[in-house]
Amino acid sequence: MSQRQIIQVFEQYQRSRMQFVQTVADLANRPQNIETLQNAGVMSLLRPLMLDVVPSVQQTAALALGRLADHSNDLAEAVVKADILPQLVNSLDSQNRFYKKAAAFVLRAVAKHSPEMAEAVVVSGGANALVLCLEDFDPGVKEAAAWALGHIARHNASLSQAVVDAGAAPLLVLSLQEPEMALKRIAASTLSDICKHTPQLAQTVVDSGAIAHLAQMILNSDAKLKRQVFSALSQVSKHSYSLAEMVIEAEIFPSAIACLRDPDEYVRKNVTTLMREVVKHTPELAQLVVNCGGLAAVIDYLGDCRGPMRLPGIMMLGYVAAHNENLAMAVILSKGVPQLALCLSEEPEHHIKAATVWSINQIGQHTPEHAKAVAVCSLLPKLLQLYVDASSSEDLQTKSKKALKSILQKCTYLPALEPLLYDAPSNILKHVVGQFSKVLPHDSKARRLFVTSGGLKKVQEMDAEPGSVLQEYINVINSCFPEEVVRYYSPGYSEALLERLEDFQPA
Amino acid sequence: MADLFCLSKEIEFRQEYFYRNSLAEENRQKENHAAINIQSWFRACKVRACISHLHKKAVIIQKIWRGFRARSRFRQMVKAAYFIMKMNFYDEMAVRIQQRWRGYYVRKYVHSFYARKNYLENITMKNEQVRKDLDELEELQRRERKRLEMVKEQKAKVYQAHRLHHLVSTKQRPGVFNSPFRRGPHEMELLLRQVKYLAPTRLTSRDRAFQLGTPGPAAPNFPETLESPRIKRTHSQHSSRPTLPPIVSKKPQTSYTLLQDVQNNLRQSAQLQCIYTAHLCQQDS
Repeated sequence: MSQRQIIQVFEQYQRSRMQFVQTVADLANRPQNIETLQNAGVMSLLRPLMLDVVPSVQQTAALALGRLADHSNDLAEAVVKADILPQLVNSLDSQNRFYKKAAAFVLRAVAKHSPEMAEAVVVSGGANALVLCLEDFDPGVKEAAAWALGHIARHNASLSQAVVDAGAAPLLVLSLQEPEMALKRIAASTLSDICKHTPQLAQTVVDSGAIAHLAQMILNSDAKLKRQVFSALSQVSKHSYSLAEMVIEAEIFPSAIACLRDPDEYVRKNVTTLMREVVKHTPELAQLVVNCGGLAAVIDYLGDCRGPMRLPGIMMLGYVAAHNENLAMAVILSKGVPQLALCLSEEPEHHIKAATVWSINQIGQHTPEHAKAVAVCSLLPKLLQLYVDASSSEDLQTKSKKALKSILQKCTYLPALEPLLYDAPSNILKHVVGQFSKVLPHDSKARRLFVTSGGLKKVQEMDAEPGSVLQEYINVINSCFPEEVVRYYSPGYSEALLERLEDFQPA
Repeated sequence: MADLFCLSKEIEFRQEYFYRNSLAEENRQKENHAAINIQSWFRACKVRACISHLHKKAVIIQKIWRGFRARSRFRQMVKAAYFIMKMNFYDEMAVRIQQRWRGYYVRKYVHSFYARKNYLENITMKNEQVRKDLDELEELQRRERKRLEMVKEQKAKVYQAHRLHHLVSTKQRPGVFNSPFRRGPHEMELLLRQVKYLAPTRLTSRDRAFQLGTPGPAAPNFPETLESPRIKRTHSQHSSRPTLPPIVSKKPQTSYTLLQDVQNNLRQSAQLQCIYTAHLCQQDS
């Protein structure tokens, strides 16, 4: 055999190895093949190929491994158990950029399934190696490394701390400034994942100067980038007042409101989440948002979207109204209460209803004006119904009861209170009757209306234990009317009259 | 006889003396006591008179002194009561002033009704403004997106027209898009007439390879088409980069059918070998 033929044998082998890994990588793209591949023992075959001489075989083998680990938890565990991770981490330093990309892909695929997997990646030195990759020139490598770090940091605070300790934060902020859109997206998403756990982590990210760059990217046209940017800003601002203030100082507010009309619904949801997180800390921040016209935009947003997307908007209105009665009045004037009533009637899910009920409570609890605004939209019967309905969840029932109590204690708008006289259970009823007893002694027109609408009759029919609060209120109400009227409406009066008729002897 | 008389008188005298002495002696105690009583009583009267005299004078002195003390105390009390009355009056007046001032201040600055009304009106106006602005912005963005879509559509149509240039109608024969039953020619027909015929340009081997979807010769061995789809390398990005001439490598250019060619060759040679061996066997047998 000549030399050429010997070399041909080796080339043949190389080509077949290359074909094998390429085909496996292609097959691993489709989830239905994974089972078969796993049974055929693909993991043990791919492992030695990752140490292959030819770089393209290495890269393709790593890619195939990454795709397999991506699809299923078991394969990812197998990757961890087969001790491939330390090997990958070591080779992350030395190889060319395609291998680095593939290796970072494998680390990401392993780390994304559960915190234990991510822990395994970190323990084998993955975080440090990935941070080194972040310093590479190639944007694809940076993107893959940033994405892997994001998946690691997503699970819990200690893993995020490990990522930050490896020095990822300044490098991620630098990646934000790169021109490639995909890299920006991934860097923003990773920053968001890091910040969401604890205030200290958020502070570290802010100290690396992330906020200014994130704020610049708000007016970018790419929808997915805006999603991640707003998500990152909201995770930063949710922890404390000082962080929220720093986010506000970057002057995002008038421009962020414009993004509430973006065609992408997740961008809108994330903007509303950001507004909610900012608003909940102090009245001054809430006032700032309200002064920029944020309320109108959020209420329009609530009108457009459906389902769980509405939740941040509803909670934002509740937080704004909770601070003081000026802001609550501002919410009412921006037509917030009809919108919340719509949400309450349209949404089937109980947790969204509970959030809406809480927001209505915050709006209506301040003064009689606010309670009137809530009552005028006929929300009180709805709240009563939610409270009484047996199929409402516990949370929903408690919230409706609290809302009813606090709004009723301030409500002096009698036409809205009347329907409640008929259906309410006794603990709500005493508040309703209490309100009547406060208003009726002073207002003669209201007394007339009370009599003609049948309210007095209903009150007479109510039986309460003597000495209870309800009986006191009933007495107060009865004392507002002349005795004949009270007797006329008391139950059994017609029988008493008839008895008198029987005993009467004409003179 | 005188002596006896004198003696009997002496004896009577002595007896009388003794009798009187004994009588006096009996009464001496009593009389002594009586005299003592009388004397003591008299002395007591004297002393009593003296003491009562002293008492009366002392009472007078004390009476005058107490009156003086009380009057001066009373004077002091009156002064104090007057002072307290004055201070109460001033305090009440001060409270009234402070009440009025605080009411005014709070109503004007802290809980200013008009400022609140103004604020709420401003908020309403601002909300309206923001709603209008956002509507306009949304409209603008929608128009922009529509425009981009239309431009894209138009470009696609023009590209199609370039590809289908041969379907333009000629004088002899109306084209597909220019049916005689139509009232006028289809827009595609009009486009075809407008479009200038471009001779197909010679693509560089790299672009051709990319179009065919395999790694070109200068591209690294890592198959870019099999990459994770998240990294979008668009066609335009590639074509915007300056296309360099391919690096003349010593390896021969591999075409995309290389693998299949090799397999075919192998199979053919295997078949040939079989035929040959069969032939040989036949020849042998």
